Amino acid sequence: MTKTYPKASRPSLDNVSVSIEKGEFVFFIGPSGSGKSTIIKLLLHEVTPNKGRVVVNGKDVTSMRSWKRPHFRRSIGCVFQDFRLLPNRTAYENVAFALEVIGKTKAVARRVVPEVLELVGLGGKEHRYPHELSGGEQQRVAVARAFVNRPLILLADEPTGNLDPDTSIEIMRLLDRINRTGTTVVMVTHDSNIVNQMRRRVIEIESGRIVRDQARGVYG
Amino acid sequence: MRMKYVLSEVLVGLWRNVTMTIAMIITMAVSLFMLGGSGLLYQKVGDMKDLYYENVQVSIFLKTDAPEDQRTALQAKLDADPLVKDVEFVDKDQAYKRFQQMYADAPDLVNAVKPDQLPESFRITLNDPQQYKQIYDQYKTAEGIDTIVDQSKLLDKVFGVLTGIQNGALALAIVMAAAALLLVANTIQVAAYSKRREVAVMKLVGASNWFIQAPFVLEAVVAGLIGSILGLLALIGVKTLAAGSSMAALEGLITPISWSEIFLTFPLMAAVGGLVSAITAWVTLRFYLRV
Repeated sequence: MTKTYPKASRPSLDNVSVSIEKGEFVFFIGPSGSGKSTIIKLLLHEVTPNKGRVVVNGKDVTSMRSWKRPHFRRSIGCVFQDFRLLPNRTAYENVAFALEVIGKTKAVARRVVPEVLELVGLGGKEHRYPHELSGGEQQRVAVARAFVNRPLILLADEPTGNLDPDTSIEIMRLLDRINRTGTTVVMVTHDSNIVNQMRRRVIEIESGRIVRDQARGVYG
Repeated sequence: MRMKYVLSEVLVGLWRNVTMTIAMIITMAVSLFMLGGSGLLYQKVGDMKDLYYENVQVSIFLKTDAPEDQRTALQAKLDADPLVKDVEFVDKDQAYKRFQQMYADAPDLVNAVKPDQLPESFRITLNDPQQYKQIYDQYKTAEGIDTIVDQSKLLDKVFGVLTGIQNGALALAIVMAAAALLLVANTIQVAAYSKRREVAVMKLVGASNWFIQAPFVLEAVVAGLIGSILGLLALIGVKTLAAGSSMAALEGLITPISWSEIFLTFPLMAAVGGLVSAITAWVTLRFYLRV
């Protein structure tokens, strides 16, 4: 498929075809502006391709109406470089917020949230505010928020971009553990260390084209 | 829980930006007061038109020296005229009596005038007061007629003024409504900006569009409804003041506005206030949040 942004001289993604199986762990790598982030946006239905199709969880979302988007997004979890936590809410409240705004009751949140915070290794820090947590811990809250709804896919857009190497490794272990529960993980990154350590499928993009697609690959 | 969430967000939203909220409510109130006022005036003018034009008469004054046969001929013609509903002949004595009544407080004038000097006249009630022109054209050349006077001419002037006031109030209502609209749009933008992080997260995790929009839209609607209540209070205030002042003297001339009529305008004001706010908020959000 092809995606060209308005006013762009060349397509952001040019005739790219990728298939990711359920339960896979995939890295998208490549220099800035290569089109990696466009992949995330296409998967989130934030943008639509000019040519070709996007199929997520067996559903063709290419021409999905925008009012269906909210429901579609509930099957996808998202983690970003800048965490995107609500500063005036505690770790618990941040995760519970994601549940409550999609219609889950407080009772459900009380049952599920401590569980997922425990899973990401934040047991005992539920009532800290983001500014009272380290960068790595904040990202754990973000991962908990993305995963609390048990999505089929977890998208991670440079999740270790703001973290030091040791903390990055911890976050990667966490994503790996989530992947082992059967969740597909798609991660966009610059971080060669991490890619080399994980030895998972690597898709390299340059100027909107796939230049490499390698199982158990390295950063190269 | 969701309803509770939405309602608490509405209260927080109104409170967060309270000066803006007050400005929004005041403009809304003034605009709706003007709208309600012009609506009432419109009704009243309609009622008064019915009442006054019903009783309006065309008077055909005869020359003081008009002979008997001209008068009877005219009477016969008027009786047969399909435009005419009723004809009343006023002879010199009756005219003198009316004259005496009219100028009762000027006895010198009354004494100076003799019945003979007053013209006889026909007082004609038309089936349709608007057809005065046809009557005038038909009879202006008839023998023995001095002048034809149409009372509706005077009424037209009175109603012209009333309609002018009504249109002025309506125009002012529209201008104030435009101001209120912009204030609503601005308030919603500020509210959306201050909640941009929450909104971004909600969009990300798949909160439905109505759930994201509802607190903002309701915030505007609540302000609109408070504005319409204040507008109603202003109407009540104006009526209360008018009843106790010089306006009371006009009571006989202008049909009074009843309390029930004032309260009946409230649903109109509330509906306009609520709907306009809701639509403005919704449209603003479409552009600003892209949800």
